[in-house]
Amino acid sequence: MRKRNFFYLLILGLLAIFMVACSAADNAANATDPEEAAATEESDSNEESEEDTIKVGILHSLSGTMAISETSVQQAELLAIEEINEDGGVLGKQLEPVIEDGASDWPTFAEKANKLLQQDEVATIFGGWTSASRKAMLPVVEEHNGLLFYPVQYEGMEASPNIFYTGAAPNQQIVPAVDWLLENRGDSFFLLGSDYVFPRTANAAIRAQLDNEGAELVGEEYTPLGHTDYNTVIAKIKNENPDVIFNTLNGDSNVAFFKQLKDAGITSDDITVLSVSVAEEEIKGIGADVIEGHLTSWNYYQTTDTPENEEFVANYQEEYGEDAVTADPIEAGYFGVYLWAQAVEEAGTTDVDEVREAAKGISYEAPNGTVTIDGDNQHVYKTVRIGEVQSDGMISELWQTEEPVKPDPYLDEYDWASDLSESLAE
Amino acid sequence: MQNTIYQKIWSQRVILNLIFLLLLAAPLFLSDFRLNLLGKFLAFAILAIGLDLLWGYTGVLSLGHGIFFGLGAYCMAMYLKLEATGGGLPDFMAWSGMSELPLIWIPFQYPIVAIILGILLPAIIAFMLGYLTFRNRISGVYFTILSQALVLVVVTLFVGSQNLTGGSSGLTNFNTFFGFSVNSATTQTAFYIITVIVLGLVFFLSRKLVKGRFGKILVGIRDGENRMRFLGYSPSAYKTFIYTLSAAIAGLAGMLFVLQVGIISPTMIGIIPSIEMVLWVALGGRGTLIGPVIGAVLVNAAKTGFSESYPDIWTYFLGLLFVLVVVFLPKGITGLFEKWNDRRKKQDVSSSVEVEKSYS
Repeated sequence: MRKRNFFYLLILGLLAIFMVACSAADNAANATDPEEAAATEESDSNEESEEDTIKVGILHSLSGTMAISETSVQQAELLAIEEINEDGGVLGKQLEPVIEDGASDWPTFAEKANKLLQQDEVATIFGGWTSASRKAMLPVVEEHNGLLFYPVQYEGMEASPNIFYTGAAPNQQIVPAVDWLLENRGDSFFLLGSDYVFPRTANAAIRAQLDNEGAELVGEEYTPLGHTDYNTVIAKIKNENPDVIFNTLNGDSNVAFFKQLKDAGITSDDITVLSVSVAEEEIKGIGADVIEGHLTSWNYYQTTDTPENEEFVANYQEEYGEDAVTADPIEAGYFGVYLWAQAVEEAGTTDVDEVREAAKGISYEAPNGTVTIDGDNQHVYKTVRIGEVQSDGMISELWQTEEPVKPDPYLDEYDWASDLSESLAE
Repeated sequence: MQNTIYQKIWSQRVILNLIFLLLLAAPLFLSDFRLNLLGKFLAFAILAIGLDLLWGYTGVLSLGHGIFFGLGAYCMAMYLKLEATGGGLPDFMAWSGMSELPLIWIPFQYPIVAIILGILLPAIIAFMLGYLTFRNRISGVYFTILSQALVLVVVTLFVGSQNLTGGSSGLTNFNTFFGFSVNSATTQTAFYIITVIVLGLVFFLSRKLVKGRFGKILVGIRDGENRMRFLGYSPSAYKTFIYTLSAAIAGLAGMLFVLQVGIISPTMIGIIPSIEMVLWVALGGRGTLIGPVIGAVLVNAAKTGFSESYPDIWTYFLGLLFVLVVVFLPKGITGLFEKWNDRRKKQDVSSSVEVEKSYS
């Protein structure tokens, strides 16, 4: 009988140890060694200059379905941090990345963002890919007045004071792509997307745009994330025979869709597919021969012809292997680190409010060209590029805007979008 | 003999009370972030108790508790979302082309209604499914498959109706709860305390339930359903009741989860989390009530701990932990102690006769 009690006692003991360990770990996190803790207590005001590193958080999915895409963004961010450190760091201090795994699970993103801000007290977080992960982190960074650099193109309709958006806003990717298609490929459109916020919102904007241009929308289909059977959709496409398929599918679905489209005998000569979530990395998975000749719309390709890009691609491949490809989100993750570092240098501190103020109008020569932070919405000016997939898996540019496009996440500049953005004004 | 049993109950109760008090006192020595994590684990522990009633005591394996958890969570999240928009249209509805608040969202403007529905809704769905399946004597693997199918249906529905549920992004960005800021440290501490109290209550009431005559009937159904039927009991009624009860407990846990984590999305209620929930119970030791609580806290603490220390390879550690426990501790962590006790008893034959607890 006593042994059973012993068991309960043991649980109690374990629980106590767990809690003590946790609180000890907390203390340890706050002060790496006791002497330093004493030192910082003595001179509270000099706390910042006492530390010789600046912690930055990196929060991408390293496991789960998104890992394949997000791992390369993480690698690019680490590369940027390494380069900055070799150049002497920021404010004379080395950057110390704290890596966490978002595990392709949105509540985990919220938990880890909380941990990075509260526990590690990082100066900024670089992270996220899906809109859902960004939306999960948004209340956390706003509550703790942290910073988040988000590197992926998205659906717009958002401008948090605590987030810098280094990917494209809809007017830097989708709107110009539709314009270009109307001019060059015809005016009957078929919209195909995965069933979540980005494709739904993007297509709502495209519908309004097509309506305004007097173009024809012949079909609109959504499939669940991870869907792999596109025969019914392709049958519908054959039936309607559009000039253009505007593709907002995400992830594995693209592999299935393009294979089945090719098997159905539809080539890029018959119908042009323009994708906004397929970059060099995804083409590797789909197979260049399958998707060859179809189009994409991004701000950056591995083939983009700038001296900065040549150096970036060389460094990236040196670090991660000859076969490693760079792509738009990878590049956006990379220059996001530089933009932040520059803003911190400008502000002379890592204090979030001051960094935000200093970041307004900052420019950087990124691999895709000059990027400038728009102070009003914390998105960046970027060049828009339409490209065609080549047989070697690279994308060659067909068209680009003459200069970087001003970001317009709420599509305020477009009359046809007034209904859209009006309904969103909370 | 009488004396020792009395002693056993007394001292167990004392230790359980001590654990409870220690949990209550946790805000004094844990940082806000760790406290928040512990609160989340304890919300999971509440669900695990409900699942143990169903699986451990009644022998009905449900791989679909994620949706009951999710329903509770979504009910609470809908209220919080409406509170955050001040009764206006949530942002995702606007994107999806809605112009006014849909009918099913209207009751969730009232917190009390939302809380009641968060418990009632899972209970009603479980009752309907349970009534139809158990009455038709669908049990064992067939029931498990059905429960899993229910998850698929509900998750597909939730992801598909983006205009109503926020789709795969789920619901997040909350503001206030009964007028208190949900993100402030004080409110979070209060949520933690509420979670601990609810856990204590659920544990205490479940213990009362299974220690009595009712619990014996449940175990009877688990170990010999037909015998119980021949004895004049109606196993389907008992099973339906327990299934409904455990769904209600799961809904309760879901509400506490949302308050502390601040987001709910279909990834939290799908097939993988549903299986994970069963793993907590199995790991802790089913049919013990305390086991699942330990399992839920331990597995989730391990998950957090591993992923913080080894963000690249933590999933392997977690997998290894599962394999080790299943291979070496088939009866879970509590089983380890039972085994150890048995061995001690064999060495010490002179100790008094004890009624062995039976396991299927």
